Amino acid sequence: MNRVWKSIAAAGIAAGMLVSAPASAQRDPAYEAARSSGQVGEKMDGYLGIVGSPNVNLQRVVADINIKRRALYSQRAQAASPSVTLEEYALTAGCLAIARTVAGEKYQAPDGSWQTRTGAPPMRDSRCPA
Amino acid sequence: MMLLELTRAQRLATLPVMNRANRANRWARALPLAVLGLTAMGGCVNVTAPDKPIVIELNVNIRQEVIYRLAADAGNTIDENEDIF
Repeated sequence: MNRVWKSIAAAGIAAGMLVSAPASAQRDPAYEAARSSGQVGEKMDGYLGIVGSPNVNLQRVVADINIKRRALYSQRAQAASPSVTLEEYALTAGCLAIARTVAGEKYQAPDGSWQTRTGAPPMRDSRCPA
Repeated sequence: MMLLELTRAQRLATLPVMNRANRANRWARALPLAVLGLTAMGGCVNVTAPDKPIVIELNVNIRQEVIYRLAADAGNTIDENEDIF
């Protein structure tokens, strides 16, 4: 009997650890590498873009992240009160994602060109919050 | 001689509508009105045409207000999902 209770307690602790594991981990190493090498950049519309010539692996990484971002934007846009459109939320997130790029990473300027982030503030849409 | 004095000459029994000269006169009055109406309609079309840039400008204003309202929430969303940002 005692052994049964012990195993139940152990299972409970294990389940608790699984649930409390952080939901958002760090970036995937392939994504991190593509980002710091300037192969991918932050677009104005809130999604990732491929900067140079695309390859299959890179396209898969970018598509996977963009699908997840879109789902997130959609969910948050509906949760806002009053609710906003997916595009409005995505554009806001794009403003912030570009602002958070670090030196060496790529971002899309308002004219649509890819820029490399320097120490200076990025060139952003005039509607972006400070 | 007496008979002529008793009866007075009358015009033929016609309605003004039936008068050819009168009909022409009516056209003369209707035509400027019709022209005026057509010009007025042309004016209406001109008024509705150039409202496109105004709409775009309104969108820009609404958007910026929305973006400012969402900024804090979007910032949290990015923080909570570091793996995809």
